[in-house]
Parts: sequence; C-alpha cells; structure tokens
Amino acid sequence: MQARPARSFSILGWLLESRNGLGFLFMLPAAVFLLCFLTYPLGLGVWLGFTDARIGREGIFVGLENYIWLFDDPVFWLSVFNTMLYTVVASILKFALGLWLALILNQHLPFKTFFRAIILLPWVVPTVLSALAFWWIYDSQFSIISYVLMNLGLISEPINFLGDPGMARASVIAANVWRGIPFVAISLLAGLQTIPQSLNEAAALDGATSWQRFTKITLPLLTPIIAVVMTFSVLFTFTDFQLIYVLTRGGPVNATHLMATLSFQRAIPGGQLGEGAAIAVAMIPFLLAAILFSFFGLQRRKWQQGGGD
Amino acid sequence: MTINRRRFLSGTAGLAAGGLLAGTLGTRHALAQASASMFTPEEGATLRLLRWVPFVTGEEEAWNANTAAFTEATGVEVRIDQESWEDVRPKAAVAANVGSGPDMVMSWFDDPFQYPDKLVDVTDLANALGEEHGGWYEGLEGYARQGDKFIAIPLCAIGNAVCYRDSHMKAAGFSEFPQDTDGFLELCKALKANGTPAGFPHGKAVGDGNNYAHWLLWSHGGMTVDESGAVAINSPETKAAIDYAKALYETFIPGTESWLDINNNRAFLAGEVSLTANGVSLYYAATKDEALKEIAEDIRTTNLPIGPVGKSVELHQTSTLSIFNHCKYPQAAKAYIAFMYQADRMNAWLEGASAYCCQALKGFENNPVWTSNPVHAPYAKASASLRPNGYAGPLGPASAGVMADYVLVDMFAEAVTGQRTPEEAIANAERRIARYYR
Repeated sequence: MQARPARSFSILGWLLESRNGLGFLFMLPAAVFLLCFLTYPLGLGVWLGFTDARIGREGIFVGLENYIWLFDDPVFWLSVFNTMLYTVVASILKFALGLWLALILNQHLPFKTFFRAIILLPWVVPTVLSALAFWWIYDSQFSIISYVLMNLGLISEPINFLGDPGMARASVIAANVWRGIPFVAISLLAGLQTIPQSLNEAAALDGATSWQRFTKITLPLLTPIIAVVMTFSVLFTFTDFQLIYVLTRGGPVNATHLMATLSFQRAIPGGQLGEGAAIAVAMIPFLLAAILFSFFGLQRRKWQQGGGD
Repeated sequence: MTINRRRFLSGTAGLAAGGLLAGTLGTRHALAQASASMFTPEEGATLRLLRWVPFVTGEEEAWNANTAAFTEATGVEVRIDQESWEDVRPKAAVAANVGSGPDMVMSWFDDPFQYPDKLVDVTDLANALGEEHGGWYEGLEGYARQGDKFIAIPLCAIGNAVCYRDSHMKAAGFSEFPQDTDGFLELCKALKANGTPAGFPHGKAVGDGNNYAHWLLWSHGGMTVDESGAVAINSPETKAAIDYAKALYETFIPGTESWLDINNNRAFLAGEVSLTANGVSLYYAATKDEALKEIAEDIRTTNLPIGPVGKSVELHQTSTLSIFNHCKYPQAAKAYIAFMYQADRMNAWLEGASAYCCQALKGFENNPVWTSNPVHAPYAKASASLRPNGYAGPLGPASAGVMADYVLVDMFAEAVTGQRTPEEAIANAERRIARYYR
C-alpha cells in the first residue's frame, strides 16, 4: 500500500532530477505542439489524398485513384511545369539580384542605414496588398507601364501582361522576385558582415583582385548562409499562392496555375477535398528534394573550405 | 429617402392587394393566409441563418427589417450570420455534415444537392408558396427540387444582362439592339471597327466568366451532360458554340483572357469597352459617381441574344434557402421562410435589392422595381431565362465541381486564344467532365 506512492514519487523525482528526464519535460510542450499542429495535419492531408473525400463528407479509401487521375491530367502536369518554372526562375533571379544588392549594401554608402531599412519594404507589405498593386500595374487596359510606353510612342496598344501565357508567367515571376529580393538581400548582408575584414585585407595585400577575393573568400564563407536562405526562398516560392490567386487565379487558360492554387481550386471551391489533398501531397517530394539538395549539396564542409570534391 | 419610398410603395401595394383580394380573389386570400399560418413555431424557438454578405445595402436592410418583423410577430429570435459569398459553400457543407451550426442557409447554385439527405423536406412549404404566388420559375425550381421533393426553397436569381453604350451602338449603325446571335456578332464587329469594342471575360471570373461560357454553350444547343449524367459535350453544337466564340473574340478589346470578375466593370466604366454583360451593379456604380454621369445616362441593358436554340437561356446566379436536419425548430424555420415570402415582405425585399435579385415566384413579376427604371427591365427576366447548372444532367457535386474547376471557361478560352484547336479543347473538357461525373 505504501510502496506505490513511494514509486510514483520516485518517478517524478527521477524526472525532475535526472538530466534526461528534465530535458524530456522541457521538450514535451514543443513536441505536443509539433504533433498537434504539424504532424497531424500533414498526416491527415496524406490520408485525404488516398480518399475521395469531399467537403463535409467523409471519404472512402480509394488507394492511388487520385494520383492515377492526376498522372493523366494535363492541367495537373501544366501546374507542375508552371511551379517548377516559377520556382527555378524566380529563385535564381532572387539569388542573383539579392546577392548583388547585399554586396552593394555592404559597401560604405551614404545613407547606408536608410537604404538598408527601406530595402525591406517589399517584404514587409502584406502579399495581398502588393499583389493588388501589381494587379493594377498589369491590368490589360489600365497598366501604368502600357500607359507610359504608349505616351512615349513606343507601343501602339496596351501590353497584354496577364493575357498571353508567356507574358503572364513572366509577369507573375517578376512580381514574386520583387517581393522576395529583400529577404535574400538582408539575410545575405547579415552573412557578409560575419566575414572577418582581416581576411579580405590579407588577400588584398597578397595582390588578389576583387573578383578573386569574392570567389575565394566571400562566396565560400557565405555558402552556409546561402544554403539556408535559398532553401527558405525556394520553399516560399514553391508554395506561393496569394500572388497568383490575386493576379490571375491561374489563368490565362491555366498558364500560371501553380500546384498550390490548383490544389485550392479543386479542394475548396470545387469541393473535391481528396483530389486537392493529393495535389498538395504531390508537392512534398519536390520540397523534400529542395531541402535535401541545399543541406547535403551546399553544406559540404570541404567545398566551403575551398577544397575540391 | 429610400425608406420613404419603400414605405410609400409597401403602403400602396397593401392597398392595391387589399382591394383586389376583397373582390375577385377570395380564394387566393385564403391561400395567402394558409402558408402564413401553416407552421407554428415551437415554444422558445430561436433560429440561426447563414447567408452571403449582401451586395446591396438596401437588400440587407429589407431582409433584416422583415426578419425583425417576424421576431416581433412570433417572438422567435433569428440570428443572421454573414459569410463572404465564396465561403458559404464550404461552411454550409461542414455544418450539414457535422450536424451543428446554423439552422438555415442561404446558399448558391447546386449547394443543397451536395448534402440533400441532411436537409429538411420543405415540399409542403414550397407547394403552398408556389400555389399562392403563381408558381415557381422552372429553372429556379430545378435548383430546389430533387425528384418530387423540395430540399430547398428558391430565393432569387441574380440576373446577368448585356450592358451597352447606347450612343456607341447607334454610332455603329444599329438603331436597335440585335436579338439573335448573328446580329449580335455583326454589332460587335461594327463596334470594333468604330474603336468602341465589346469585351466578355475569358479569364477565371467566377460569375461573369461562367455566365458567358454557359450562354455560349447553351445558346447553341450544347450541353455538358445528358439527362442521365453521361458526358455530352462532344457535339456539333459545342463546336458551333466555339466557332461563334472565336468570331466574337476577334471583336473584343485585347486582354479579355486575363479578365477576372471586376475587369469588365472597370473597363466599361473607364469607357474602354462599350458592351459587356454584368449584374445591375455596373449601372449603379456609374450612377453613384458624378464623374461617370455621362456613361450612366448612356447605359442601356438588354438580355443576351438568342442563339440557334431559339430561346433565351442563361446561367445567372441562383440562391436558395434550406433548413438543416439538425435544426431543433424546423417549424419555426418554415414559419420564418413562409413569413419572408408573404407578398408585402417579399415585395419590400425585391424593392430593396434594386433589381439585383429577381423573384423566384411568378407572382412577384409585377414588382414595381422592374418598371421603375428601364435599365432594370432585362433583369426581371432572369428567373425565366435561367437554366440550372450542369444542364441537362442532375445537380450535385459533379455539376458544382465542373463549374468550380472552370471546365467550360477553360474550354472556350483555350479555343479562342488558339492554344488548342476547338476539337482538342472539346476533348479536354470531355475528359474533365467525365472525371466529375464518374
């Protein structure tokens, strides 16, 4: 009778006194949080992808049926192509322009802090607002760009920004790049400032050109930051939704439909929850590949230290 | 000012009705009382209605005033929850299947057919209202009746009509608006030649894009599925509709393939296009702005032209009222709906909506709102020309899915922009429709 309370007391005591026990206790809230709000929804999404669930109706397990249909659905493949194109082009542009901007901001400029602050603006403005602004900029009748060019006599009729498939893709990528540059630039700027100035000075004394200093010192030391920043950038771009939804809703004729927007269109307004979930789940392998590439590809120690493979 | 006008109108309507009923239509009077007293609210009943966010403030005021009058008459409190129109569908579907939440829903299109077994049978109420007020319009009834059973009460059609600039049409050499699709094409060609082109959305415009695409298909006799739900899009009629759409597209202002719901309004109000189709809201947007006075005075409206099918057929937007099974006070809910459909109540509501909502019952076709302004007139025919979505097949998740996935909008857009041949566009639509109707 008396042994039991003693034992439970001892378990509590062990929990509180042992290093591992206390660690477990401290981790518990975070673990519960992750399980409830990340693992469970993800698991549910994966499960829904294997059912024919509709909004408000429990689905029955249909195996790979949703995926088989999607495999045969040109709209889905178009959205995969669009998503890849969107992500690759926008990420490369964001990286190149962001790095360039970071290097400029790392120089001694007049009003340096001012520039560093305003550079964040596109990132700070809510996406929907900047998307609405771009919607007007790209309007088929009232575009400011068309207006200016027409008044300058360079073009005779408005540019069909969102009507022509190629133009529409370029337009949404441009809007995404505009929005994404600050994140890349500011993060890389932070990375640049961790590089000891003495390394550059030593290299300069040894007669290294600025290009050599950039490729042999700055870039290798910046790689860990680049890996993290670009992983996030790719993930944000890949899962972009708001920009497309405001600008085109996936039009013209699905030329800018991303996997995220197609998933929403089929699942919520269309009510085909199972199929929408399947499209969302189909994004996971791409996202995993992006993460794995950046972590195992870009973070190899040897390469960072200037060695070959 | 509007309140005065409404008071005056309801007063006169009451007088007129009183005079008529006292005389020849004694039986009708008895029936009119029938639906009002058919249902007695349960003791201590309260109700919750989920509705779409009103587009017209007058409509909201009238609906709320009617609701307040119902509460006063019966003591039943009615709470009205508003959701943006796109969110009503998922919310209502979840409420239906979870079995809690609002007691009634004012929903769109084929929503009641997504969960028919979760809805209270309202056949008694629908039949009583139909008998009292001259019967339901066929298209709207189609959105509410499954077999012999009403699973919802049709509320209104939100009409779509051609809005055009009278002076531009006359300048193009037309004294009257053409009534058929061939004449319409000629008008659009002439407008284009004059530099005052037409424009209809080929982009993902939920309302306007679907209205236009369905009119194109149906006016040429095409259909997505036949009566049994078998895919029937691949037909010479669909091909004809696409060829017509291509010819019409040639006359449009450039860029319509990127248009969302608001673009045609913007372009019209800026004077960039002279002809499009829209709800009556376009006209009111013009009248409210002093700078657009000239355009407002120049606006005329008319119904979309009649195609080879020989009659006016359009999709419009439709709303119905349904009661969930989980409602604890179904009698109160029916009494509420019956009350809202009483002649003076319904007339006040239609008045308040200033031609935005078209009556579901033929008995209200003489509502003064339709004659108060010639611009309103075409919208009065919305309920008559309305054809249910997914024609000629049954309503349900499949028909809803095909519309939500923009299958028809995409089919026409693919063909008119030359991205696919008409045959390929039809084949693609056929595949997608078959998927939903599997």
